[in-house]
Amino acid sequence: MKNQNKGILKKVLKHIGKYRFYLLCSILLAAISVILTLYIPILTGRAVDCIVSAGNVDFGSILGILKEMAVIVVLTAAVQWLMNACNNKIAYQVVRDVRDEAFKKLQLLPLKYIDGHSHGDIVSRIIADVDQFSDGLLMGFTQLFTGVVTIIGTLLFMLSINVSTTIVVVILTPLSFFIAGFIAKRTFNMSKLQSETRGEQTALIDEMIGNAKVVKAFNHEQKAVEQFDGINLRLEKTSVRAIFFSSLTNPSTRFVNSLVYAGVGILGAFLAIRGRISVGRLTSFLSYANQYTKPFNEISGVVTELQTAFACAGRVFEFIEEEPQQPDAEDAVVLSAPKGQITMENVAFSYNPGQKLIDNFNLEVKPGQRVAIVGPTGCGKTTVINLLMRFYDVNKGSIKIDGTDIRSMTRKSLRDSFGMVLQDTWLHAGTIRENIVMGKPDATDEEVVAAAKAAHSHSFIKRLPMGYDTVISEDGGSLSQGQKQLLCITRVMLSLPPMLILDEATSSIDTRTEIKISQAFQAMMQGRTSFIVAHRLSTIREADIILVMKDGNIIEQGNHETLLKKENGFYANLYQSQFTA
Amino acid sequence: MKSLLKYIKDYKKESVLAPLFKMLEASFELMVPLVMASIIDHGIADNDTSYIIKMGIVLVLLAAVGLASAVTAQYFSAKAAVGFATRLRLALFSHIQGLSYTELDATGTNTLITCMTSDINQLQNGVNLTLRLLLRSPFIVFGAMIMAFTVDVKAALIFVVVIPLLSIVVFGIMIVSMPLYKKVQSALDKILGRTRENLAGARVIRAFCRENAEIAAFEQENEFLRSTQVFVGKISAAMNPMTYIIVNIGLVVLLWTGAVQVDNAVITQGEVVALVNYMSQILVELVKMANLIIQISKALACAKRVENIFAITSSMENGTQGVAENTKAPAISFEHVSLTYAGGGEESLSDIDFTVEKGETVGIIGGTGSGKTSVVNLIPRFYDATKGTVRINGRDIRDYDIKSLREKIGIVPQKAVLFKGTIRENLLWGNENASAEDLERALAISQAKEFVDTKEGRLDFPIVQEGKNLSGGQKQRLTIARAIVRNPQILILDDSASALDFATDASLRQAIRGMKNDMSVIIVSQRAASIQHADKIIVMDDGKMAGVGTHEQLLEENEIYREIYYSQFPKQNEKGQELLYKQKASAN
Repeated sequence: MKNQNKGILKKVLKHIGKYRFYLLCSILLAAISVILTLYIPILTGRAVDCIVSAGNVDFGSILGILKEMAVIVVLTAAVQWLMNACNNKIAYQVVRDVRDEAFKKLQLLPLKYIDGHSHGDIVSRIIADVDQFSDGLLMGFTQLFTGVVTIIGTLLFMLSINVSTTIVVVILTPLSFFIAGFIAKRTFNMSKLQSETRGEQTALIDEMIGNAKVVKAFNHEQKAVEQFDGINLRLEKTSVRAIFFSSLTNPSTRFVNSLVYAGVGILGAFLAIRGRISVGRLTSFLSYANQYTKPFNEISGVVTELQTAFACAGRVFEFIEEEPQQPDAEDAVVLSAPKGQITMENVAFSYNPGQKLIDNFNLEVKPGQRVAIVGPTGCGKTTVINLLMRFYDVNKGSIKIDGTDIRSMTRKSLRDSFGMVLQDTWLHAGTIRENIVMGKPDATDEEVVAAAKAAHSHSFIKRLPMGYDTVISEDGGSLSQGQKQLLCITRVMLSLPPMLILDEATSSIDTRTEIKISQAFQAMMQGRTSFIVAHRLSTIREADIILVMKDGNIIEQGNHETLLKKENGFYANLYQSQFTA
Repeated sequence: MKSLLKYIKDYKKESVLAPLFKMLEASFELMVPLVMASIIDHGIADNDTSYIIKMGIVLVLLAAVGLASAVTAQYFSAKAAVGFATRLRLALFSHIQGLSYTELDATGTNTLITCMTSDINQLQNGVNLTLRLLLRSPFIVFGAMIMAFTVDVKAALIFVVVIPLLSIVVFGIMIVSMPLYKKVQSALDKILGRTRENLAGARVIRAFCRENAEIAAFEQENEFLRSTQVFVGKISAAMNPMTYIIVNIGLVVLLWTGAVQVDNAVITQGEVVALVNYMSQILVELVKMANLIIQISKALACAKRVENIFAITSSMENGTQGVAENTKAPAISFEHVSLTYAGGGEESLSDIDFTVEKGETVGIIGGTGSGKTSVVNLIPRFYDATKGTVRINGRDIRDYDIKSLREKIGIVPQKAVLFKGTIRENLLWGNENASAEDLERALAISQAKEFVDTKEGRLDFPIVQEGKNLSGGQKQRLTIARAIVRNPQILILDDSASALDFATDASLRQAIRGMKNDMSVIIVSQRAASIQHADKIIVMDDGKMAGVGTHEQLLEENEIYREIYYSQFPKQNEKGQELLYKQKASAN
């Protein structure tokens, strides 16, 4: 744990390194500001000493002291402001740097990582954790630093005034520490119980309100309310306790503070009677006593904050240091205008080392041929796409295009040679045009419209409020599933690469749109090597090669006729079931 | 907020006592500087040690009584705030359960969930803080000023100047920076959105080699966020130095005035010290108060949202009749029914007219958005027809008690939704009194038995939230089983076999047909194969009925049906399909 924190600290320092000038300034300014702030009570005390009683007021000295005070106050304010500016600068620059770095990393990570990790988790690392770590770590350090300087400074100033009173303060103060720690420990379990119960309740709310329609269809409302009430009452009990006990911290530390104040007051007064301390100095002392516990409380807060910050920083850096995908080889060839001959030789592949998936698979696709991938939902049809586009690398064997292993060509040229339309369409926030020209950023307006016409999307785009300049939100917003898919087809239609990977529509699209999409597919596939995740029998029957998949595995391979002839073959059964119901 | 106050009614005592005790604590705090002043003026000046000790004890007592009242206040306020939130939450949850589909559509479940969770939590915090601080902070700020007046009017006038000045700075900076923080938030949302988008679209981005373009866009947005943050940071960084200057310059003036007043024998040295103490007390409390006001305004916004949801009332009036078992009337009849969704503008269904006899199986087919689901949603009275009448067993659906009506209907919605709990618990949703045999029978019919048998504990297999530990097809089969457990008079399958392969789909339909009773079955589907053997097929197109009849009749006379059918079964009519494409091509 300690070592780990050290490692994280090193990385953080590396990131701050660029801004070390500001860091240095910040530390220096913090020290100055603390000392100046602490000097004010001394001056106040001196002034008070000049105001003894009627006719016994030394106006000359007071004027001098007050002038000094005014200068120091203005100076302190300026120093404070500059220090804040430095801190802001460091904090926000570092956050930006780390985020940029993390986002760049995101683009370099193998898809295996993205598929295998919760997206919510990755997002929270790049967004929330970075914030936490900059707040906690940078602010934490400054606070820690000022806190320590304040404590030491106060101690020194107090000692310079009077030793025995200082001892009273020093002995009594840790009390507040202990009390705060005691309360924190006691409340930890209660807060944990509270957040657990709250989590339970949120889950129930998500379920019952998120699916309110099903709840109503089954007359389950009353039951849901009863279940909710049970958790709600439990939550009430734990919440009252958790909130009450944690809210004791402030009054308790205030109480200790008051004790210190009283102690200083009494002792100081005795000393003053004996003439060992002046009333003004007692005043300075009292204001120190008032402030002295504050940095202690802050520091104890900072420690927990630092711990969370370290944990967050750890998560961010873990992400940034994740193994990136293997970069393109230096002598990687650029695949240009391939004929589209694809060979898979003895391919073995699996997502988990322990779980065999595809083993010893061979496939020979001639230029211009159509390959249909068939199988029930969730049978792993995307695996083939993952391998062809090199989102994943094969474990054994090789995939070759026009005789060249895809691992020895640049990823960019490989992916540029494939046009891909998936069923779970992906559009990014921006205009329709921006979405279409993704594959060919320099396309002219005429080309865009021509592609849209060819993909049967022109007519609906035309009818959108701003036509091609209509802004759509992430995920396509108000567009229907079919329209989204037509847009994705347009995207491919525009760049029209020599090889295609297509995913046919299933039930979510109505027949008419389906026919349009199918026509667009037909037009694109003309003379191009194509892989189609197929659902429609006509597509399947027209394919040159059919790959039948089940549970991620390719179990049969052949064309429609040969597969049908297979006694009890999976494909044969699948085909029969469509017509015998 | 007003209408929500009734939920704190049971905590009247607590919500009055909490602030009172807080005020008590504050007034003890305000007395400390005066005690200290008298120590200086009497104890020290008169060398009176016993007086000093007496006053010292007073100081400790003040602290102890302060602590006691603070603790009491915290307890009362925690109790009141939590109790309020608890009652409010239950009331809101029950209220939401009573809403009908129309209102659920209009509000959106996400809004409801946020309201139930974060809004009410914010409200709880708001109430808690308000009870604790709303009286305390102003009391100390103005209390300090008033105490200053009791000491010396001339010196107190400095307070009269300093307090408004401080307020202007503190609140001014808050007012200026708050909208800027919103801007920061939206910039942050933007980069968050892009990150999420890049994760979801990783394949497409890489397929189009857009990585660098995305990085550039991200860097630009990130830089914008940074510069906005730095700008806001500069403004709020001014708060501390400015308040520091105001308070301490106030102190300088106070000391000078104090010196003059002491010299004129108006006040004593100890009283000057007391005034100095009061000055330093105001700042801390003023900052607390400003934060409190932010909290309260946030809580008020939440209260508004909660109130808005309470203001929604169910648009559906309940009937009183139970559903009769043995009538000769048709199970379902639609008489010239039209439906316009609230805020929908145009009619979603127009002039729908058909009957379903007992024991009949009816298929509904049509493209997306053709109104298939709208038709079946009228049967359990999820929505009310805006024109025409829907009858169940011959009686107007609005006459029935909604609960007893829905008891007779088993519906399998498009989206397969299961709940956290065992398979058994989920099935019992259909009918809580179902026997073990009933459950087994339902599993067998829904073709779920096969996979349930492989699960550990079978019916006691725990389903996690949203049924994430089951595949889509498994979930669908269980939702079908759940509807069958009810042994309904009417079974509605709303495109609920989409994740099943054709063979399982076929066996399912076979098994349902084999249930020997007079249950009417309605199958909604996009697959011609799923409905072609129904007794009657209704073809929907653009919210209207485009045809009714058997498969053969429709194939003969209905063009839309033909189009759908041949797009899925080209084999049996090669020519037909070619023709279809040609027609399409010329039509475009």
